[in-house]
Amino acid sequence: MKRKKSLSDTNLLLLITIVVFFVMYISAILFLKQGFLKPQGFFNILNENAYLIILSCGMSLVMITGGIDISVGTLTALICMSSAVLLDMKGGNVVEAILLSLAIGLAFGIVQGFLIAYLEIQPFIVTLAGLFFAKGMTTIVNATQFNVENEEFKALKATRIIIPGMGVVNRKGIYVPAYVEIGVIVALVVVAILFVILKWTKLGRNFYAIGGNAQSASMLGINVKKTKFIAYLMCSVLASIGGFVFFMHAGSGSPSHASGAEMNAIASSIIGGTMLTGGVGNIIGTFFGVISLSTIKNIVTSLGLDEAWWTNITVALMICIFLLIQSLVLKRKAAQKK
Amino acid sequence: MKQKKSFGEIVNVIVHKQIFIPLAALFILVVFNFIADLIVNDGTSFFEITYGMSKDGYHVLSGNLITVIDNASELVLLAIGMTLVTAASGGQDISVGAVIAIAGSVILRIVCGDGSDANTLQAPIILAFFAACIVAMLFGAFNGMLVAYFKIQPMVATLILFTAGRSIAAWINNNELPVMNAPSFGYFGKFIPGIAVPTPVLIAIAGMILIGLVLKFTNLGLYAQSVGINPNSSRLNGINPEVIKLITYVILGFFVAIAGLIKVSRVQSINYSVIAKDIEMDAILAVALGGNPLGGGKFNIWASILGAYVIQMLTTTLFRYNVDATALPAYKAVVVVVLVVLSAPVVRERLNRLFASLKSKNEGKEAA
Repeated sequence: MKRKKSLSDTNLLLLITIVVFFVMYISAILFLKQGFLKPQGFFNILNENAYLIILSCGMSLVMITGGIDISVGTLTALICMSSAVLLDMKGGNVVEAILLSLAIGLAFGIVQGFLIAYLEIQPFIVTLAGLFFAKGMTTIVNATQFNVENEEFKALKATRIIIPGMGVVNRKGIYVPAYVEIGVIVALVVVAILFVILKWTKLGRNFYAIGGNAQSASMLGINVKKTKFIAYLMCSVLASIGGFVFFMHAGSGSPSHASGAEMNAIASSIIGGTMLTGGVGNIIGTFFGVISLSTIKNIVTSLGLDEAWWTNITVALMICIFLLIQSLVLKRKAAQKK
Repeated sequence: MKQKKSFGEIVNVIVHKQIFIPLAALFILVVFNFIADLIVNDGTSFFEITYGMSKDGYHVLSGNLITVIDNASELVLLAIGMTLVTAASGGQDISVGAVIAIAGSVILRIVCGDGSDANTLQAPIILAFFAACIVAMLFGAFNGMLVAYFKIQPMVATLILFTAGRSIAAWINNNELPVMNAPSFGYFGKFIPGIAVPTPVLIAIAGMILIGLVLKFTNLGLYAQSVGINPNSSRLNGINPEVIKLITYVILGFFVAIAGLIKVSRVQSINYSVIAKDIEMDAILAVALGGNPLGGGKFNIWASILGAYVIQMLTTTLFRYNVDATALPAYKAVVVVVLVVLSAPVVRERLNRLFASLKSKNEGKEAA
């Protein structure tokens, strides 16, 4: 019964997110034109936010189980810096860099997951320690920003996947094809895999179950500790993948990379209809949450309100409105049930 | 034999007191510094307090310990408010750093006036402080309203101001960086002439006394606790859980305004993106180190305050061994993990069982 209710909540909130995104984007096309008119405008949003999509997917996963992971942003910075140092100073190749990133993510996931699931320490405190640790480690690995000059990596960074039929002819009459970076493909694959896991596998259903009510989930025979452990492990590994995608987009290592990304990931998940209380959420919603967040930022900039504060204030307003909608919708539904 | 057991019981009672964790952490840090003093023996001591002339020509106290209690002041004030918020609403306010920026911005805006003269106050500081209090308490009420009446998770609700706060602070001053060089403006963050103790310490103590009185003479503490444990049964007992939650957020707003005054007074200016950065994390950490459950309910303000001093003590200790400021968080993280692991109920239970089994083994040997 509980499961059925949380599912319908999930779908309702997902619908709101998608509708709001399309209304926003279409009105931007109609009234603002500029970059929004070209398909590449949309693909650029994807290119810039591929890493955030992956990070937010992991965040949604953890939030569905009723927890939180605020270490993903600084973990991204740590992975960028470690990979950059490996490639440029230690003479490693790209495959080694990817393996190193995954290893860091795995190590973070195992430690954090163990502390949270088996020692029952509050997730906020554990991942806060993770945030601090990754932040400090980044500067211990290397304290200054630098660009990676490794040829193999540069070739990978410059790889573009042309989308057929979406290009535009520019003023000089030259056909400019539309493209996405490799990171976007990675992000879409991650979204697809997680969608399948959450929707059709036992593991995915267990995530919802322990988020909805851990006690009744354990009475149903679900291993709550193991499921929680897997959720945090997956979140950290996804963060490491996201970190490498960010690295491929930025092409440099810096202690200030992806600062505040954890809050953006949380905001995207919320806009996408995932609730911090657990048991409600959807990966497709998270995807739309990320691109909505980025679209609103672009709209604010195109309106000419380019003072730095407007972006933040609008984003905050948007989170506020979404929260109020969610709160009101769920309240009304609860009232109808009675 | 009997005496020994009663001693064990006493130890048991002390170990299970909530305040034991921060106290033990503080004790370990003190012992560590004491031993380090003996080993390094370079003529300076961590515990040395000197009474001498400051740059401004006053007789003041200085030394590492003074630095610790001075720099911890803002954190102590925030920890007080954060503990109440945590107890009543079962969540934390992550917007305190951003609201400090807003409060500081309001204070400077009023004190600097039209910005024509940076050396004289354009308005009394007390007026600016009251305005900042009102603004910070209004923002606290906004957070509290979202949490109490719209039933939004505290961390998510305060995410709004966390995102927008520093931008609002910049907007209040038109993104300019006002400077107020009047000496009296620095009294709140540095020293009042003639008083040897840094003013923030006095303000923090005043804050502690205030909250001590409030908890002693009102039912706020009891109500916050019962709302945090079970809002529905509190309602049935005639407590309005929404109002209690709202009140705790407004109280936190008040303490945030005081912390904002200290912050801007220390530097006599403001940098919107840097001021009180990441202080919300430290404030939540202080509450957690104090052994308060972050899910709400029972709380101990004094344990949180001790937690705040532990954090500052740790920072100052690490600085003493030339740890780079940017690398500091990594060491902090290790200490935090050790502390929270040792204080986790699961671990404690295991340890207790381990000790018990060891004891019974020993007794078995003796009997044999």
